[in-house]
Amino acid sequence: MTSTQPRPTAPAVFEYAPAPESRSIVDVAPSYGLFVDGEFVDGSGTPFTTVNPATEEVLSEVATATDADVDRAVRAARRAFTRVWGPMRPADRGKYLFRIARLLQERAREFAVLESLDNGKPIRESRDVDVPLAAAHFFYHAGWADKLDWAGLGPHPLPLGVAGQVIPWNFPLLMLAWKVAPALATGNTVVLKPAETTPLTALLFAEVCRQADLPPGVVNIVTGAGDTGRAVVEHEDVDKVAFTGSTEVGRSIARAVAGTRKRLTLELGGKAANIVFDDAPIDQAVEGIVQGIFFNQGHVCCAGSRLLVQENVHDEVIASLQRRIGTLRLGDPLDKNTDIGAINSAEQLARIRELSEVGEAEGANRWQPACELPERGYWFPPTVFTDVSPAHRIARDEVFGPVLSVLTFRTPDEAVAKANNTTYGLSAGIWTEKGSRILAIADRLRAGVVWANTFNKFDPTSPFGGYKQSGYGREGGRHGLAAYLEGAQ
Amino acid sequence: MTHVLDPDAPAAANPPRREPPAPYRDVTRSDAAFRAFLHGLPGVDQVGAESRVAVLGTRSIKTTAKAWAIDTAISMVDLTTLEGADTPGKVRSLAAKARRPDPGDPTTPPVAAVCVYGDLAGIAKEALAGTGISVAAVATAFPSGRASRAVKLADVRDAVANGADEIDMVIDRGAFLAGRYLDVYDEIVAVKDACGDAHLKVILETGELVTLDNVRRASWLAMLAGGDFIKTSTGKISPAATLPVCLVMLEAVRDFRAATGRQVGVKPAGGIRTTKDAIKHLVLVNEVAGPDWLSPDWFRFGASSLLNDLLLQRQKLRTGHYSGPDHVSVD
Repeated sequence: MTSTQPRPTAPAVFEYAPAPESRSIVDVAPSYGLFVDGEFVDGSGTPFTTVNPATEEVLSEVATATDADVDRAVRAARRAFTRVWGPMRPADRGKYLFRIARLLQERAREFAVLESLDNGKPIRESRDVDVPLAAAHFFYHAGWADKLDWAGLGPHPLPLGVAGQVIPWNFPLLMLAWKVAPALATGNTVVLKPAETTPLTALLFAEVCRQADLPPGVVNIVTGAGDTGRAVVEHEDVDKVAFTGSTEVGRSIARAVAGTRKRLTLELGGKAANIVFDDAPIDQAVEGIVQGIFFNQGHVCCAGSRLLVQENVHDEVIASLQRRIGTLRLGDPLDKNTDIGAINSAEQLARIRELSEVGEAEGANRWQPACELPERGYWFPPTVFTDVSPAHRIARDEVFGPVLSVLTFRTPDEAVAKANNTTYGLSAGIWTEKGSRILAIADRLRAGVVWANTFNKFDPTSPFGGYKQSGYGREGGRHGLAAYLEGAQ
Repeated sequence: MTHVLDPDAPAAANPPRREPPAPYRDVTRSDAAFRAFLHGLPGVDQVGAESRVAVLGTRSIKTTAKAWAIDTAISMVDLTTLEGADTPGKVRSLAAKARRPDPGDPTTPPVAAVCVYGDLAGIAKEALAGTGISVAAVATAFPSGRASRAVKLADVRDAVANGADEIDMVIDRGAFLAGRYLDVYDEIVAVKDACGDAHLKVILETGELVTLDNVRRASWLAMLAGGDFIKTSTGKISPAATLPVCLVMLEAVRDFRAATGRQVGVKPAGGIRTTKDAIKHLVLVNEVAGPDWLSPDWFRFGASSLLNDLLLQRQKLRTGHYSGPDHVSVD
């Protein structure tokens, strides 16, 4: 249109000015100890540092728990289980959980900023997803605490005792909530080991436990690397082991637990298929693909890392996807307009780089948007591989980064066959406007969660867990309670 | 001419149908073909569309970006009065406001257009002479569109003759919802012809189309028929402009330009009252259609009370404090 009205004098481009969330709400201590029996205590091992992956700035020094420290924590948990938490009226346990949930909400901004600092994820996600969901898990399980007799898990299901829990670095606080909330609601006490690259929100959670007057020993937090995790898993007096992390570590935990009385749930890797049929709502499917693989920089075990797109709409979908990826904003995780934050660690960045190079070497086509990466910190641009064959490593191995592999299919049967052609089975997505097709395909997918016309949506009422090498047991929902109750699994 | 509700009448009365632009020349060859084309457009998932606008709604627009957005939004306003009680005096006062929205600050940009009923277009034209501000007139039996085509076309010609630079027409929602897409198409083509040099904005009245699938189909229909702008609403039906509707329309103009090379503008109208709403729309334009649409040539706000809120926010940015409703003019 060629009207003649004067234009604004400002530049013709809508540049979003920096909109950083203030760090001042968070008080990061120069060093942290372990949280055992309601107190912060020194660890006996050599302390390690945790860094801000967006800048490589050292945030704090954190204690390492040795076998002896873990033993103290397990004893405290046992004592609390036997004397206080086990015998407590279930409704009172519920009160503590409600209190924790409310405190998480009250201190939400603090948790969100700290999570983004320690993990590198965008504040928009920690603020709008991680922290609200963590609080929701406590609210949900608080409600169950005095209703377990009616959960359909036996007439009067009893707690197991002490739960040893090891969680990953991709959703530090949320994974803590997934583990701690059901354990406490069912009357167990916990010893939890956060990941060594992201211990800070777990330690802030310890402070919340004190603020909530949670009896000492009910929640114990031991920091450290693999050895600390092993000590938790292998401790004789642990009744139940819950682990979320890599399939490789999961396997060694299964081995360590085999032949003991310990109960075990594992939530491991994934290589989810996101299936786009030709009658899909294309614009929303593209959003779902972006949400599926670039949410949390792809550090998501249920990420939609394999896009299965029907061949007759392949070009259209990929063109839309590339245009959309071009609008993603990568940078300072604390900026409220950031879509893609930093890769969590140098080690993870090296793995993503390595697998991407393998992808190229094996003949897939790598595409990345024009994207300026910050000079310091660990960064990887959103990446799409087309012409990927099911035999390529990037179609089989979990990258755990912002890397999407695109494969095609011609018929629904082929889509199902290719989607199931993986050693994993954590999640899958279906995009079609045809309701009957959603139901028919979902029935045939061997994945714990199947999303229809959406992706990466979580809710405490919905059980989450895997098929095959994605692990066993469920977290969340009524099913998730069973993992922490005697005779209910 | 026969009343438009007689489905056979327009086809019989009109010369051969004008073809849409390539590569869609043949889609209007028959009712069935046009229907198949419009229903073959990718569907819109309502939940997905809503969550997309919710995420874009969290964009934080501060300082220099906010200043730019406010001035841009002011320059995109179609300052509107569409009341039965409108008088020449009211229109003149609106025109004065359009020229200098903030009498206390000459750096404030003028708005894009003044939007009135067709009989008052001449008054507006006179009051805006030499300013570069367009006169937009609603026509085609606005807002219901329930009149015979002859009356609608006469309405358009009258408004153009009175000096309107832009015509805001309404589509025949009854025909659209009954599935008589070619009737709607033919009518837009006829109105476009009657417009002459005036630009044509096609009001879809999305509050009556209800589904986002319908919004996408109506958007394509209007663009294929030659509309220069697609506009959400008359402002007389609730809901008027909503972010999900605007999202779908922006996707449509983006896809239409990619396919045909022709760029079409978008005008949300009705219900946008605050600076915050306006900025959310600009973010949507920026990230969905792209920066090419971020000018008054391609994006407009149909609004009346929005302008004063933009002015208050502009004053706040300049002075650091909020003034109040007495510091902007009542019109």
